[in-house]
This record gives sequence, structure tokens and C-alpha cells, in this order.
Amino acid sequence: MEMSQYLEVFIEESKEHLQACNQLLLELEKNPADLQLVNEIFRSAHTLKGMSATMGYEDLANLTHQMENVLDAIRNKKIKVDSHILDVVFLSVDHLEAMIESIASGGDGKMDVTEVVQKLKIIEDGKGLDAVQSAQEDALEQSKDSYSAIDYDDYEMTIIMQSKELGYNTYEVDITLTEDCLLKAARVYMVFEVLEKNGEIVKSSPSTTELEEEQFEQSFSVTVVTNEEKDSLKSALLKISEIENVEIKAFNSPVQETNIKAGASIVDTENQKPIRSEEETVQSIKQPTNKTIRVNIERLDILMNLFEELVIDRGRLVQISQELNNQELQETVEHMSRISADLQNIILNMRMVPVETVFNRFPRMVRQLARDLHKKINLEIIGAETELDRTVIDEIGDPLVHLLRNAIDHGIETPEERRSKGKPEEGTVILKAYHSGNHIFIEISDDGAGINKDQILRKALSKGIITEQEMVGLSQQEIYNLIFSSGFSTADKISDVSGRGVGLDVVRNTIESLGGTVSIDSNEGNGSTFSIVLPLTLSIISAMLVEIQNEKYAIPLSSIIETAIVKREDILHTHSQQVIDFRGKVVPLIFLKDIFEINHTYAENEETLSVVIVRKGDKLAGIVVNSFIGQQEIVLKSLGNYLTNVFAISGATILGDGQVALIIDCNALIK
Amino acid sequence: METISSTIKLIVFKLKEKEYAIKVNEVLSIEKVNHITRVPGTEKFVKGVINLRGIVVPIIDLRSRFDLEEASYNENTRVIIAVMNEIEVGLVVDSANDVIDIPEDALEPSPEVIGAEVADYIQAVAKLDSRLLILIDLDKVLAIEEAS
Repeated sequence: MEMSQYLEVFIEESKEHLQACNQLLLELEKNPADLQLVNEIFRSAHTLKGMSATMGYEDLANLTHQMENVLDAIRNKKIKVDSHILDVVFLSVDHLEAMIESIASGGDGKMDVTEVVQKLKIIEDGKGLDAVQSAQEDALEQSKDSYSAIDYDDYEMTIIMQSKELGYNTYEVDITLTEDCLLKAARVYMVFEVLEKNGEIVKSSPSTTELEEEQFEQSFSVTVVTNEEKDSLKSALLKISEIENVEIKAFNSPVQETNIKAGASIVDTENQKPIRSEEETVQSIKQPTNKTIRVNIERLDILMNLFEELVIDRGRLVQISQELNNQELQETVEHMSRISADLQNIILNMRMVPVETVFNRFPRMVRQLARDLHKKINLEIIGAETELDRTVIDEIGDPLVHLLRNAIDHGIETPEERRSKGKPEEGTVILKAYHSGNHIFIEISDDGAGINKDQILRKALSKGIITEQEMVGLSQQEIYNLIFSSGFSTADKISDVSGRGVGLDVVRNTIESLGGTVSIDSNEGNGSTFSIVLPLTLSIISAMLVEIQNEKYAIPLSSIIETAIVKREDILHTHSQQVIDFRGKVVPLIFLKDIFEINHTYAENEETLSVVIVRKGDKLAGIVVNSFIGQQEIVLKSLGNYLTNVFAISGATILGDGQVALIIDCNALIK
Repeated sequence: METISSTIKLIVFKLKEKEYAIKVNEVLSIEKVNHITRVPGTEKFVKGVINLRGIVVPIIDLRSRFDLEEASYNENTRVIIAVMNEIEVGLVVDSANDVIDIPEDALEPSPEVIGAEVADYIQAVAKLDSRLLILIDLDKVLAIEEAS
């Protein structure tokens, strides 16, 4: 059978299930007694097993099968959850992830899993210890237990959940036919008819087809959603002849609550489930849900590219209409501009992905790190739903990993140290994302040791990053920022965990290449906070177009504070630089015509200078230009693979007249 | 007579009255010179970038690249858009007006000293009747010297 068409769906869903496993396992570690969690993990593993077996990935199926056994044993209280068991389960999830990765990258998903399988087997068999006790518990549990004996998949659970919300009851109806019953299928049919008259059938065990083929002994059970009472249902069923006994239990889902919480994701998966026969019958009581479709990201990229072309043409149209000065044309162009601005918003929003996709791999990593470093760490994630452009998401993972590792390795102290300082043994790392204006803020703060200024200065001196003279006038912020210099590492002990001093400058470079900034704030003894500010999107930005001699450049609006006209006599000369006094601050002037070696085609004897005040962090600079052209939405284009690392140029854009204008990288201009 | 089993297609262009050639599979298109936006801080022979149907393409002046005297651009000046290893560039040449097929064995890999300054960028030379074509080595043309 040709499977390749399902491969993509398989990979996507497997990843989702593994992610769910990861999260639930972490929760389980916190609440080992919570069997609902085990149930959910079991279900994810079960689905995964089924899918991978269907797709023919045996190793994957094998491992999930074994993992499922262990989970099942936990679920049935045959074994107790402890960190040793969880470690092995985590390990298996790691292996599973690796296999899925291998499949995703075109591999065969094969892997030697015997060792882990062995470990899982040992755990599964290790139930001997408290088997007696748990068997007793088991019996007890079973008697008061109204847990279902039937396994429901996500889809069926959703229906049950939704009907419950609508006030319907869900019953599991166990029906036993008389021993001498001849036409079992006919009786089954009649039972179904009665039930469907009174409600909707969600599931039957054995399945409908098996029932129709009489592949069962005397009894079968049916799960039904209805607004009838138990008793009336029972009496209706007993009217059918050849029925010996009817047992009706209210359905009590062990996973009910968590399921409601996870409602969104379930609704999501629902769309991809193969349509079941039940679906038609249940449709009537299903709540209208938000319909979603999966779109290949490539298509969105194509859409974006086409739209970028449109933006360029829009710029051109605006220019033409201004030149022609025809009112009707101008009105139409204005209208079109407004519509395309709306369109732009929609397209950009479509490309937005919650940072969750990056964040959700961190809890695992932090757990592992904390164990390796023998530290106790609680990772709090706030604002995981904050959305960012996909291109930014793709890039932001590694810097964040680095900063987190940094916070855990260098920031948080060992439990002993913390105790002696009167802090709780468990250190807290907070990862917070939020949205403000056109920017996304991501903060990583820890309640660790903070940054020792003197230590940084000493290090920076010894590494030759700064000189003694430079050291004198540095503000606190500037000192902290030294950490980001290349060739700097504050950890006295070089560890595997966070870098060998190659780290933080790479972090800064990555973030700046995304058009963002990173800064540190620290309070010695009480921890530090790394703040990252990122633009919402990378492909279309607002920029100020300026003219220098006869060349046009674009300055991203995000780095501009304001524009000013400065009189020539107001320029002050310090020993090496020309500066202006701008609202009480001394701002150095940057003459682009010198930096960019622009030919002096005509002499300048103007009395005033046009200055664009830009900033990088809290540093300001004034870029001297000849004239301001205006503000415009521009499409970021790269200069291609040939021209890389052009100083102070971050890219190019195409203007309304078809010419290329370069985009100035203000970060490079301000030292 | 031997059959011409394998021929290669070349685009012939002129630089300072000499004929050069580039393999046609390395060429995307040939354009007229449009507005070139200078990119500051780049090599002398990088004249800037152009907008080629929405894509920003860097421009290399081949005269300047080959250390020939530079000439101002005129009617005949063409930009050959070439691509190699996913790098797209435009090469400014005096004119480009011929596409020819030549048998592969007409190519002589060892370049004689034609003009020492160009020698570094020559892949092969081809003698065709009275014409001498210099096949340029795009890889070397695009290579960025370590010194820069």
C-alpha cells in the first residue's frame, strides 16, 4: 500500500503525541499519584503504536508497545511511579522522538531499541515487590470503580465531552442475551434501534460490524449519549425479547477533566481522524466547532512572496498616482492601499505561530539539566500562547536554549549554597513571552546569584575586551553587556552545559540578525533577567526613506526615535567626533556620506542638517542625511549569497520606481 | 568525418574587443543595464545591485574584475545574469550577441598567455576558424579573495 501520502500526517501527529507525552510525563513527575495523567499518556502511546504499526515502523511500534505495557501496569496500580521508572519512560520518549526525526528527514526510522525495551520489561516485571498489596488495592478499586472498561479514542471522548456540556447523559449499556438466542444479530439490531430512538450511539464493544457478524458470545456493551433516564432506557431495552439482562452504568470518564482542558487540541485532531460511521449519527448533537485546515507552510511562503510583489507594485502605483495628480486615480489607489494593508495583516497573522512550539521543549531540557547539575529548578512558562512570525520562531530556539542553560548553569546556585543564603532550595527560572506594540518581548529571569560586576570587569580586562581607561566610565548596563562580547565567559568552571565563552555573543548576533535586541538586568544576589525584544515580522517592515546625495536608503522605523533639523552652528566638536545636544543628551553624529563613501556630487553649504535620531538599546546616534523622503512599508530582500556581511547594510528593498534601496543596519553604526 | 557527438553551447560576449564565452547553462538571462544601486563597502568590481523582476541581484563589472580599463556603459552594454552554486550575479560586459555551438574538443584547457591579467579566470580557450574564444571560469570570477 502506498503510504507516502500519509507520511506527513503521520509525522505531524506523532510529534504532537510525543509532545503530549513529554508534557504529561513532566506533570506526572510532580503528581505521581495522578492516574488520569497516566491514562492520557497511555492513550497517546497507544495511538502512536497503532499509527506506527500501520505505517510499518516496527521499532517504533515495538518500543511504544513496551512503553504502553509499563504505563498500563502503572495505570492498574501494579507498579508505582518513581523517578527511576520515569527516567526510563523519558528515555523511551527520547528514542521515539529520534526515530520520528529520522523518518521525517527521509530515514527508515530504524533504531536499536532493545536496551530500552529491556529496561521497560524489567520495570514491567518488577511488579513483584508490592504485587500483593496492589492486587488488594486493585480489587478495592474495581469495586467502587466506575471507570470504563472500554477504550475510547480522542474522537469519541470529544463527543462524550461535548454532549455532557450540552446536558446529555452518557451511559454504558451492557446487554446480555439469553443463551438460546438464535438471531443474535437481529437482537443487536433491535437494541440499536431502541437506543437510537432515545439518543445517539457513540461506541459499541465489540464493534458494530463484529456485532452484525455475530462475533460475540452472550453479551455486548454500547455507549450511548441520551437525555433519557437510566431506568426508562432499561425498561425500553428489556421489552425486546430474548434479552436476559440489561446493565446501565453512568459513564464516568477518568480523563474527563483533563480532556476538557485539552479540548482545543482534541478538536484539532478530530478533523484529521478518518470519518467513522458514527460521525453522521452524532453530528446533530455536536457543537459547532472552529473548523481548521492544515496548510503547508510552503504555500504560505508563496502567498507571502506574491504579496510582497504586490506591496512593491503598490508603492509604485502610489508614486505614479502622485505624479499624475488625477483625483480618481488617487482615490482608487488609496482604497487599494487600505485593502492591501488589511490583506497584509491577515497574511502576517496566518504566519503567526505560538511561541509554545519553541517553549514546550524546554521543560524536558531543564529537568535534564537540573539533574545533571544536581540543582533543583522550577521552570515557569508564562505567555506560551504569544504569537510570532514563523521565520522568527525558527531562529529563536537556539538562543533561548542558550540563555536558559546559562541561567541554570551560572545563575541558579546549588541547593546547599541557596540554603546558606536563606533562599528556598529550589531555584526558579521564569520564561515569559508577551506582546507589546509591534514587538514581542521574551524574558528569561532566574532568582540565582546574579551578576558580579567586578568579576565581569576583571574578566573583560584579562581577556583584553576593554582597557583600563575604558573601564572607568562604564555604566552598570554597559558592564553587563560586556558578557555579550565575543571571547567572554564568566563561568569559572567550564562545563558542558553552557558554552565555552562562544555562547552569548552568538546569542546576541542571532537576535540582532532577526532585527531584535537583547539586554540584561541583574541584581547581585537576587538573580538576573535577560530581555529579548523581537519584531513581529521580518518580511515587511515600516521604514523611513532618506536621501544622501543622490542615493536612497531605508532606515527601519523600529530603530528611529525621531527626525530633527539641526543648525550647523549647533554642532559641537569633541576631540574626535561631532555631536549635538539632543533634548539634554549628547548624541554623536554619523555622516553616512563618509561611511558609505558617497561621491560628493554637489557641494553642501546648507545651513541646516537633516538628522535621523536612531537608537540601539539606550544608546543614541544621529544619522546625517540630505533629505527625508518619507515613511513607507518596504519588503525586506536579501542581498543574495554573493554579497554577505556588507558593513551597516542589513538588506535591500525595491522602491516604487523599481530601483533598489539599501536598508541601513543602525545596530552596526552605533558602537 | 567524425560525427560531432558532443557539443557545448556558449554565449559569446565582448570585453575590450576580445571575445569571451560563458557556458549557456550557467546563464539565466541577458539584460540591458538598468539603474544600479551602489553598495558601499564592497569590492571595486562590485558595481552594486539591481532589481531583476523582484529579486535583488549583485552586479560585477567584468572589465573591472579582469583588471581591464573600465568603460562607461552604453547602448550595447549588457548584463549577463549567471548562476553558480546558488549564487546569482549579473556580469556587466561590453556586448553580448552570439550563441554558438562548438564541439567539445575544440576547447583547449591549457590557456596560453593571452593577456596575463585575465589568465586567472580562464577555464579554456576555443579556436574556431579565425575566432579565438576565451571561456571564463565563473567559479573563479565569483571567488572572493582572502585578502579582502
